[in-house]
Amino acid sequence: MALLSITNLKVKVESKEILHGLNLKIGAGEVHAIMGPNGSGKSTLASTLMGHPRYTVTDGSVKLGTKDLLGMRPEERAAAGLFLAFQYPKEIPGVNLVSFLRAAYNSVMGARKKSFKPVPLYTFKKQVQEMMERLKLPLSFLNRNVNEGFSGGEKKKVEILQMALLEPKLAVLDETDSGLDIDALKTICEAIAEVRKPEQSIVMITHYERMLKYLKPDFIHIMIDGRVVMSGGKELAKKLEKEGYDYVRRQIPSSLKML
Amino acid sequence: MSGALDYLQDLDRSVFDGANQQSYALKAQKGLSEALIRRISSDKKEPEWMLAHRLKSLAAFLKMPLPKFGVDLSDIDFESLIYYAAPSEMGGYATKWEDVPDDIKKTFERLGIPEAERKVLAGTGAQYDSLNAYHKLKEEWEAKGVLFEDMDIALQKYPDLVKKYFMKCVPLHDHKFAALHGAVWSGGTFLYIPEGVKVTAPLQAYFRMNAKSMGQFEHTLIVVESGGEAHYIEGCSAPKYGSTSLHAGCVEIFVKPSAKFRYSSVENWSQDTYNLNTKRAIVEENAIMEWVGGNLGSGRTMLYPCSILKGRGARADHLGVAFANAGQIQDTGAKVMHLAPDTSSTVLSKSISKNGGVNVYRGLLHVAKGATGAKSQIRCDALILDALSKNDTFPTMRIQEDDVSIGHEASVGRISEEQLFYLQSRGISEEAALAMIVNGFIEPIVKALPLEYAVEMNRLIEMEMERAIA
Repeated sequence: MALLSITNLKVKVESKEILHGLNLKIGAGEVHAIMGPNGSGKSTLASTLMGHPRYTVTDGSVKLGTKDLLGMRPEERAAAGLFLAFQYPKEIPGVNLVSFLRAAYNSVMGARKKSFKPVPLYTFKKQVQEMMERLKLPLSFLNRNVNEGFSGGEKKKVEILQMALLEPKLAVLDETDSGLDIDALKTICEAIAEVRKPEQSIVMITHYERMLKYLKPDFIHIMIDGRVVMSGGKELAKKLEKEGYDYVRRQIPSSLKML
Repeated sequence: MSGALDYLQDLDRSVFDGANQQSYALKAQKGLSEALIRRISSDKKEPEWMLAHRLKSLAAFLKMPLPKFGVDLSDIDFESLIYYAAPSEMGGYATKWEDVPDDIKKTFERLGIPEAERKVLAGTGAQYDSLNAYHKLKEEWEAKGVLFEDMDIALQKYPDLVKKYFMKCVPLHDHKFAALHGAVWSGGTFLYIPEGVKVTAPLQAYFRMNAKSMGQFEHTLIVVESGGEAHYIEGCSAPKYGSTSLHAGCVEIFVKPSAKFRYSSVENWSQDTYNLNTKRAIVEENAIMEWVGGNLGSGRTMLYPCSILKGRGARADHLGVAFANAGQIQDTGAKVMHLAPDTSSTVLSKSISKNGGVNVYRGLLHVAKGATGAKSQIRCDALILDALSKNDTFPTMRIQEDDVSIGHEASVGRISEEQLFYLQSRGISEEAALAMIVNGFIEPIVKALPLEYAVEMNRLIEMEMERAIA
């Protein structure tokens, strides 16, 4: 059984339909890449999965294991094992990173396990610091306000730190590569590889092929105009890496003007 | 943060406000009269000059009009208020811990207030004598000549010192409620820091608070001699029993040359209270005055701590947070008078409006002719949590000198859906996420408080956040 099953998902923002019946299955421990041009609905998909209030689901279903995600609030989805690494992580003025991380950790773990006892600050700090060292994040970040004054690369790394802490079954990485230079991209991909557990599934959403090189996906899906138009395995990844979107253009002539 | 929320489940503001059901002054006399003033003074065995001051104040009060700005005070029925209650008249007032309502006890437990302190806060008498820590501190201070007393007692023990300063910073003619205060004041704090003495630990009002003296017309008189330093903190963060629905306290602070003083307070009066407090400091050459204030609770508040920068190089920093919930008007701000060259001031005001609550920032910046090189930075940030709530800003500036540097910034914000979604996506409930954002918003001010007050302030904000529309 698939970990995530999306069936005929239709989503609109305000009155405009963005996803027109999207189908996708993700198995446990698999790495998937969703690629496509700007405006194809990739980020809408990511936000809808996490339950952003601005996106209205008009049809279809999304299941995480046996659970119906669409009926849940975002915090319940997080507890169920979904994680979203934001394309633009939000700044929270006046809230330091460590208290935010601890609140998140205690909430998620508390919701998952009845017997879970909130971790005291001291113990938690040690736990996070260990993780930060692995991710090569300066420990001083813990006392800084969430994402305030962090560089683009630092913000993305802190997203990965959160992913590592919250131990999701499925992490959706929304354009984690955007705005990063090639060195920063490499670092962030290494960080993902460093903390990812084999049983965790990853969906990376990206505009470019360059991320594929570092995070070898098992499956690739091409999204155009609110639908998945092409899916493939490692061969498709190789072709895309070599030829870019030209490959898709040749395969699906009707997509020409979209790409 | 979620740890703090754990304490607060099932707890709401009504716990605080319900405490007023027992009026502690059942037998006390209502209304204001010369006879009452004479009785207060003779009960307290006051010197003649104080009685004269009280009578003069009464005459002024009767003549003066209500303020013509701020909140509407025309509903205050001065004849039905109780201005003074002798201890023997406090019928129905809990004098034993066992008599304190369970709700209140539970609130204290959830706020994490230590047992000994709870009893004091509940007004069940001076339990603090058993606190060794207090004794040790007190001995240390006393050895250095620090005087820290109940105001009534200070008048008996140090009459000359009190006479020299009493209502010299806030004169009785200042406004109607200063006059009322001058007539009926009772209890409060007297703090004297001798020259060059630096008291490092915050002096906390609850150490010397006791049931009889903590009335609604308490007088706080603080003198910091040259080069002295101290931090005084007053917590009204626990529910208070009120005999009247009017609070007209007065705080006078004298900061002598090169002295440094910080006054912090968290005021959380019950909902039916008019909180009309007057707080003012005179700051001399190269001295520093810092105000840190939190205003929650009380239906109507008018409170504008004032710094008079009298000596060259004097500085004042004002930090304030106000939370207006359903039915509340928090009309607060800061007044700074630059009267000498090279004086400087900063004002940081943060307000939160919720469930139809109204916040008003009312500020006055006065720079007198000759106050060359004066600098002032004023910043007002308002957070409005829903469409029902309101915020207004009235900054008045009277600048009579050209060679000055003045800055004023104001912002009005709402909680962003994106921030909320971000926190929720990390498993944090919407309610906890809102409280987190609000606590983050006031963090620049809360961090100026000692840790235990900061924690309590955050918990109080969380409780206000949980409070549904009445």
